[in-house]
Amino acid sequence: MPISSGLSIQDISKSFPGVQALQNISFDVPAGTVHALCGENGAGKSTLLKILAGVHAATTGVITIDGKSHAPQSPADALKSGIGVIYQELHLVDELSVAENLLLGALPAKSGLVDKAKLTADTKAALERIKLDVRPDTRLGDLSLAQRQMVEIAKALVRDATVVAFDEPTSSLSAREADTLFDRIAELRAAGKVVLYVSHRMDEIKRICDGATVFRDGQHVVTYSSLENVCIDQLVKDMVGRDISDIYGYTPRSTGETLLEQEGITVRAGEIVGLFGLVGAGRSELLHRIYAHPRKCIQNGIVLCPEDRKHEGIIPMGSVAENINLSIRRVYAGLGGIWINDAKEKANAEKQVAAMRVKTPSLAQEIRNLSGGNQQKAILGRWLSEDIKVMLLDEPTRGIDVGAKREIYDILYRLAADGIGILMVSSELPEILGTCDRVYVMRNNRISAEFSRSEATPERCLAAALPSAEDSL
Amino acid sequence: MKRLLEKGGMGLVCAIMILLCAIFVPHFASTNNITALLMSISTIGMVACTMMLCLAAGDFDLSIGSTLALAGVVSAIVINATGNIFLAVLIPVALGAVIGSVNGLVIAQFQINPLIATLAVQQVVRGAALLITKGSSIGISNEAFGALGKAKLLIPIGVPPLALQSPVWVMAIIFIVFGIILNRTTFGRNTLAVGGNKEAARLAGISVTKTKIGIFLLQGMVAALAGVLAASRVSSGQPNAAQGLELQAISGCVLGGVSLTGGIARIQGVVVGVLIMGILQNAMSLQNIDAFWQLVTSGGVLLVAVLLDRWKNRA
Repeated sequence: MPISSGLSIQDISKSFPGVQALQNISFDVPAGTVHALCGENGAGKSTLLKILAGVHAATTGVITIDGKSHAPQSPADALKSGIGVIYQELHLVDELSVAENLLLGALPAKSGLVDKAKLTADTKAALERIKLDVRPDTRLGDLSLAQRQMVEIAKALVRDATVVAFDEPTSSLSAREADTLFDRIAELRAAGKVVLYVSHRMDEIKRICDGATVFRDGQHVVTYSSLENVCIDQLVKDMVGRDISDIYGYTPRSTGETLLEQEGITVRAGEIVGLFGLVGAGRSELLHRIYAHPRKCIQNGIVLCPEDRKHEGIIPMGSVAENINLSIRRVYAGLGGIWINDAKEKANAEKQVAAMRVKTPSLAQEIRNLSGGNQQKAILGRWLSEDIKVMLLDEPTRGIDVGAKREIYDILYRLAADGIGILMVSSELPEILGTCDRVYVMRNNRISAEFSRSEATPERCLAAALPSAEDSL
Repeated sequence: MKRLLEKGGMGLVCAIMILLCAIFVPHFASTNNITALLMSISTIGMVACTMMLCLAAGDFDLSIGSTLALAGVVSAIVINATGNIFLAVLIPVALGAVIGSVNGLVIAQFQINPLIATLAVQQVVRGAALLITKGSSIGISNEAFGALGKAKLLIPIGVPPLALQSPVWVMAIIFIVFGIILNRTTFGRNTLAVGGNKEAARLAGISVTKTKIGIFLLQGMVAALAGVLAASRVSSGQPNAAQGLELQAISGCVLGGVSLTGGIARIQGVVVGVLIMGILQNAMSLQNIDAFWQLVTSGGVLLVAVLLDRWKNRA
């Protein structure tokens, strides 16, 4: 029986061609609680959010909100019936004002013209509710990311959403901004909303969520109505279906000759070097400066595995094989690099898919249908097809679940054992400290510190990463 | 239904159209008409091949009609001045290559929107053709040159036998060549990669600039070649020739499932798309339907095709 107050998911399934994304999912979330959706990438969390938000239609099953059936035909429909989803990538228009963004699609009008006075007044009230201190006529693009996220939350509240869902909301926020977000989430709970919270950060889930539902491979594993007696390890175990005691599994390595010496950074053979810093410290820019001429770098054995898989990594409509062979193809090709060598490409794609353990129905599958972790493994396969000396990695495990993370670390360790030098940018300090032999810290587009593994403590790294008084002078 | 459309559904539509026309439209299946039909699509067919690469890379080219006209005019001037057929082909095609390279350079190197870049080039080139001819066509008296575009190859099928004129074989050869380029060469696959995700392609070591310049260069050359053949066939270089050709070529490609946003293209699709447009016009002409209606219909067909494409690609 669906509960009368709150969100009830009953027997929801969703299949895409060739993939069963969700299979008979049922759980309830009472009003006035924050509920985490946990699972590895591809487990089905995002699909469920998209069904709630009207992006996809469920194949079977019923959703009820406060006892009323919810089957949105479109995102606008879902918004109207009380679902606000705050995605990782915000859905706002930079060029419009805060007020216009807030009420986009429902602008107050008087005889066909926008009622500016009411727009401003409504916006002021909404901004006060979420304690966001900006003027309604500010251009949205002039706000910080955290402020824009608040606007997105206000947008849901203005439409009187009963369910507010967050998809990885803290991935681009500073710790202080995240704290503010958690305060707002607590207020949503106090106001009797259903809050759904998707995150890979287990400490956050433990901190702000009342209950949690764990998914694995599109199936419902368990729903905890209270997390009080559930430890993080238990959740992780539920997610991956096995114990992961130490997700990094570092073992000391020996290093060889210097392979890369640029931008104040050295990388030696067989060494994994971390590059830590806050968002905006200039880490990605540094990698892109080293990799300014991709073709020349690749020929010299330096490759870059970019941060943003969707925009910089994959050719979405290309097959898995196409994506793996994208770079190495020029080497295999005959007639002076013109004529494609099918046999070699097929053999390479098969080899990399097996070596990287890419889960795909076939080599011909379009890569956009794979989960983030599997896409990342395919991209790694692309670079390992090359005869490389140095690999530059930008946030290699962002948005990737715990199990796949460990697989990626293992791949990196294997590469290091083969004498390849690795330079890895990451925002996750535990990841840097857990996997790297040496750490550089960046602040304000400069290297501010260098630590050996034994010297690198969280306190030292953070101190070197945080802006200091001299920077602002 | 979606499956069917994905697996070459437009080919099926085309086959049904041919069958229906053969049954219900008098004279449609006669060898004379088939000859005329193939001839009528030869120019679009040629330029649609290079337009396919252009669209596959996420660009398009609005200047090919003008390039075709200027190439025809220049070809007429060269043949009248020198009497040398070789030069009368080579010079216009080289000119086409230059125009194409300019397009490619402006778009790839200077990052100018292809709509604006090729629209500007379209006007400059058309203006140049009108300038050097003072607005009127230039007659060609050289008979050997005339034979270039009129030569026939008789195929002993039907009565009278199927007579395929040279533009039709050139079109067939270009279809085959570009099919091979798209599917079997690194240039072709790189084109799709650039259209699919420019940044990813660049970071994978593919030169986006070189690939795009190559595409536009080929496009200019093929348009110019089509211009030379057209001038030879009508024995004159006409500065007003081929207006709107670029849009017909784009229509043919889109009908054939080439994605307007880049990354997806199949040569079989382009063949079918061009055929569908040709058959529609041909059948309507045979039925004595007003030419204005033909325009309305081909526009309507294009609209339906893109709507089907949209529907097919919905998740």
